[in-house]
Amino acid sequence: MVENRPYLTVLTHLIMVAGLLIVLFPIYVAFVASTHLTEDVISSVQPWFGDQLIENYGTVLQSGKENAGGVPVSIMMWNSTIMALGITVGKIAISIISAYAIVYFRFRFRMFFFWIIFLTLMLPVEVRILPTYKVVADLGLLDSYAGLTLPLIASATATFLFRQFFLTVPEELAEAARVDGAGPIRFFIDILLPLSRTNLAALFVILFIYGWNQYLWPLLITTDTDMTTIVMGIQRMLFVADAVPEWNLTMATAILALLPPVVVVVVMQRQFVKGLIETEK
Amino acid sequence: MAEVSLRDVRKSYGDTAVIHGVDCAIADGEFLVVVGPSGCGKSTLLRMIAGLEVITGGEVSIGDRVVNELEPAERDIAMVFQNYALYPHMTVFDNMAYGLKIRKIPKAEIDTRVRKAAAILELDDDMLRRKPRQLSGGQRQRVAMGRAIVREPSVFLFDEPLSNLDAKLRVQMRIEIKKLQETLGITSVYVTHDQVEAMTLGHRLLVLNAGNVEQLGTPITLYERPASTFVAGFIGSPAMNLMPAAIGVDGASVALPGGVAFTLAFGAQNGEPGRPVTLGVRPEHFEVDDSGAITLTVTLVEQLGADTIVHGALGADEFDVTIRMRGVVTIAPGEKLSLTVPSEHIHVFDRETGKRLG
Repeated sequence: MVENRPYLTVLTHLIMVAGLLIVLFPIYVAFVASTHLTEDVISSVQPWFGDQLIENYGTVLQSGKENAGGVPVSIMMWNSTIMALGITVGKIAISIISAYAIVYFRFRFRMFFFWIIFLTLMLPVEVRILPTYKVVADLGLLDSYAGLTLPLIASATATFLFRQFFLTVPEELAEAARVDGAGPIRFFIDILLPLSRTNLAALFVILFIYGWNQYLWPLLITTDTDMTTIVMGIQRMLFVADAVPEWNLTMATAILALLPPVVVVVVMQRQFVKGLIETEK
Repeated sequence: MAEVSLRDVRKSYGDTAVIHGVDCAIADGEFLVVVGPSGCGKSTLLRMIAGLEVITGGEVSIGDRVVNELEPAERDIAMVFQNYALYPHMTVFDNMAYGLKIRKIPKAEIDTRVRKAAAILELDDDMLRRKPRQLSGGQRQRVAMGRAIVREPSVFLFDEPLSNLDAKLRVQMRIEIKKLQETLGITSVYVTHDQVEAMTLGHRLLVLNAGNVEQLGTPITLYERPASTFVAGFIGSPAMNLMPAAIGVDGASVALPGGVAFTLAFGAQNGEPGRPVTLGVRPEHFEVDDSGAITLTVTLVEQLGADTIVHGALGADEFDVTIRMRGVVTIAPGEKLSLTVPSEHIHVFDRETGKRLG
């Protein structure tokens, strides 16, 4: 398939640009809309930027949209960041340790525990949402960061990925470390963690976006407006009774909601790609 | 520095026994090579000495300590692995220094020790700063040995360290390992399946077959007086010719079924006439002699330059036999050769047990 013909290069580039335009178009529309007055965007799509950029973003960040609860978007973003980071860090920490135990230690019921963990893969948040809600409510964790993050930390995806990665690490490395006198914890910190660096980065990106995009769970367990996350915030802004939908402000919020995942991806891109494709250990 | 002794060392996985009791005393400074075909348990034996496998039965001691229950790090050993097992994310220097760091040896001393080892192995400063993946196979091998040297252990353990290298490098590293062991004088146990490596490196060889010790002795003993048909076939290349035969009527010769008889150097003590035996002659011990009693019909000739390997059919029953002649010998398939074998080069083994007679 590797042919070097000018027209093929042009064609592939055209397709790439077309794809890019399709992806960018809605973001462009949203960004343009967020720079206009409410009246200008209520019934028509604006083709070019307006002059309300600073005012609109200032309003959302500082005071929020009054008819949708009036929570400043800065608070929502803070909540979302805590939730996403909590889920990411918690999940990685728990799963890397449990994968380490399952791969490197022989203990009773090892495979049993592995399969129990594996089974949770078949029960996503949505399926176990009612019992989980009951548990979280009984523990008094409604409207708290712990309630937002803990139930989402418990899942097997990351454990499974780390297990698969650890299985590819040559056994002799662990043995060499034993001969060198490194105990299990030293081996984990000095050898295994540095080797997992790219996998950690890839998982961090994936899990951060997963956590950031959580919608149903925060919607269920938070009633306090101060605990609103940005993804539910956007939804609240759209359906407001007896008021003009302020599309400009909603769009500004949407653009702001896009930024943190983009930052995470851009910062970790190199490690992320390496983590997905690297085979040489 | 220490002696290593194995007393009736056994290993089994569940009900499957893989090592059936190995006894061996390795002297201080000795280089012992454990050799055998793949799956004979030689790596398992080494890993039991290292402490990476649990010892099912018997006792392993290093120096005057029984080490059965000790962790590898407490046994005062260093091991070189087949795939080197270098830590990929550390520089060569850190790889060599890691074990010392864990022992909390002062930084300055780590530095001197690593540099000393690097000098012995001819690794320069630039290489010490590199990561293992930026090194060639031979260089990685050196680093793996360097990691063992800086520990200044009582015992070196080598697990087929040269099998990942190409043929030329293997010969070169073999010589280096030999020199190194002689300079440092550290007791070493070396596992390999390559009989040339075993013969050239070891002070003594331990031949393992399916978890049993077939023979323990110096390379020359193994070559000149193999204890069994297994050792006879394993040591030496091309392999010894082994032919079914029987003790002659006089009790002092062996005859092939075709009628060709070989005189024995020893009186076959338990050689009652007619007893079935296996006759062994090394390819290099056949001598061309026009008055020789043995006639070989040549089927194939391999010219190696220094030697000529001649394959042929022997006697009326046409046993396939390989003989080795010095230098370039021009001979064509179909020709006949008359041969003799000096009686001291005739090996006789019991047909049933495979054990050496005489």
